[in-house]
Amino acid sequence: MELLGHLADGFATSLSPLNLMIVLLGVTAGLFIGAMPGLGSVNGVAIVLPLTFIVPPSSAIILLAAIYYGAMYGGAISSILLGIPGASTAVATTFDGRPMAQQGKAGLALIAAACASFVGGTISVVLFTLFAAPLADVALAFGPAEEFALVLLAFTTFVGLGGDDILKTIMMICFGLALSTVGLDLISGQPRLIFFDEPGFFSGISFLVLAIGVYGIGEILYTIETQKTAPTVTPAKVSFKEVWYGIKLLNKMWKSLTFGSVMGFFVGMLPAAGATPAALMSYGIAKLMSKTPEKFGKGAIEGVVAPETANNAASTGSLLPMLTLGIPGSPTTALLLGGMVMWGLVPGPMLFIEQPDFVWGLISSLYTANLAAVLVNLALIPLFVWALRMPFTVLCSVVFVLCLVGGYAPSQKMHDVWLIVAFGVGGYLLRKADYPMAPLVLALVLGPLMEKSFRQTLIAEQGNVMAFIERPLSGTFIAISVVFFMLPMIKHVKRLLKRAPSAAN
Amino acid sequence: MVMSAYFMWHATVLPIGWNGMTGGPGGGAFPFWLSAIMFVTAGAIIVRSFNGQLDNETPFFDSETLRSVVLVVISLVITVALIPWVGAYVALPLFLLWYLKGYGRHGWVVIGCITIGTPLFLFFFFEVTLKILLPKGLTEPFFIPLYARFF
Repeated sequence: MELLGHLADGFATSLSPLNLMIVLLGVTAGLFIGAMPGLGSVNGVAIVLPLTFIVPPSSAIILLAAIYYGAMYGGAISSILLGIPGASTAVATTFDGRPMAQQGKAGLALIAAACASFVGGTISVVLFTLFAAPLADVALAFGPAEEFALVLLAFTTFVGLGGDDILKTIMMICFGLALSTVGLDLISGQPRLIFFDEPGFFSGISFLVLAIGVYGIGEILYTIETQKTAPTVTPAKVSFKEVWYGIKLLNKMWKSLTFGSVMGFFVGMLPAAGATPAALMSYGIAKLMSKTPEKFGKGAIEGVVAPETANNAASTGSLLPMLTLGIPGSPTTALLLGGMVMWGLVPGPMLFIEQPDFVWGLISSLYTANLAAVLVNLALIPLFVWALRMPFTVLCSVVFVLCLVGGYAPSQKMHDVWLIVAFGVGGYLLRKADYPMAPLVLALVLGPLMEKSFRQTLIAEQGNVMAFIERPLSGTFIAISVVFFMLPMIKHVKRLLKRAPSAAN
Repeated sequence: MVMSAYFMWHATVLPIGWNGMTGGPGGGAFPFWLSAIMFVTAGAIIVRSFNGQLDNETPFFDSETLRSVVLVVISLVITVALIPWVGAYVALPLFLLWYLKGYGRHGWVVIGCITIGTPLFLFFFFEVTLKILLPKGLTEPFFIPLYARFF
């Protein structure tokens, strides 16, 4: 019952007035960010991250986690009311949420989404609590070789499971890793990759700069282009009776609720998968299991419930490897990880021993954030309807300004602000050319760890490369990575083999 | 289609440009090999984009979006260039004013609220609460009485 004791300690942290206020603030901000089309949890966390210096680290991470959570709830709001997913994670919610809104059941759809998110969030947080400590114990046995293998595994999941263009994925990973090597060499201290002899590059490229550039400026540029006309907002009214009715309806759907949560949690743990595929998978499975699959896509309430449970569960799931192994499970958690490094905390198994207050405070804050999110979400529905009518240009301009100032504040160098603009434009162009952005950010965050562990191992083993394969744990990780890496090639070869006989004919 | 190929090339040529041993021996090995892999994948993408162009019928940009995006980018660059010179509290409201009026075509009430509200928020949040001073450039003297008031 050590676990419950830790959790109780954690609640002591997270229930302090400051942290409760922060959770409420974060969740509300997250809901708005998530509800705005074009801005999702990644963008929200990237923009808010530089503002978190105001509070102590444990409160800062609680704030960011609350934003992350709120954005997951909020994504559903614009999916239902506008028919445009508020965040990519809510794509699956539009399939049935939009038809429901058009049938005049927008309120019910919103309630179902909020309650489903709550169930998904709660189940996954319980799973999280159960898995976190044991996983951290296993991870304590890791040496540099295992760390390297694990990072490699994280990258290969992008190649094998990411679903994006493989060459482009590999290229973005290498680009991110190369950017992470800018500055002074970790071991010898020599300067390297100092472009144009700019002194600003000596301190390296902060992940924050890249994140704000790509997810702040780049994303808004991308949205400017895709959103030329203002979409129509479906009005929604919510009464207590409806909330009660919605909860009663959900009671009958416990099967897809639990299934979506558990699956979402595990899918979310994989670095390349995350909330969007989890939601889509959950939708597909709910349709398969349903007795009335023909109703899906035409406003079935289950079609809203299933993806919403899964995407919330996945967002919790992706926190697990970040906190226990120091390997983020999604771009948003990569930002959280970068933030923790910035505040002087080293994510990974040691965190559970050295900073138990921090870890358990965060875990328990997930419970409070979840509860706060569902309450705020239901209470503020009229406000969201109003906010979604806000012209997009107002939001854009304010976000631009926040990005510029937020990029300047941490280091107070104009050099970083220029880099943000450059990354913003670069990120926008790369996104237009269908380059995936998540591996880039992940690579920049994980790059130093990867290089350090690689070279530490080589120094310790006197240049013996076989060390990575000979150690049982790292050997296993490497073997799995190779499989992931080969996966697309095997598919390709299969396709070629199929084509060859037909060509011969 | 030509544009698409051009931008593909443009996007990939950036990394190729510094495919070198800028890092020096030892410490440079890691970035060098990464750049080498990037070089190869970039090459492969270019080759593929030349081979498989037929399936890409839509142009990379239509002129209207290109214009608006370029305008926004230029104004951002101007804003950033202005910050060290005339200070953040002039450059940023100017940007907001330009963006909201020229791009968003909002009424003066909305514009007024945002262009005045945002710098106020920035001032109180960063300078007063966080004690992070934003660059002021020429306008520095005007802030001295404010410093005296709030610090």
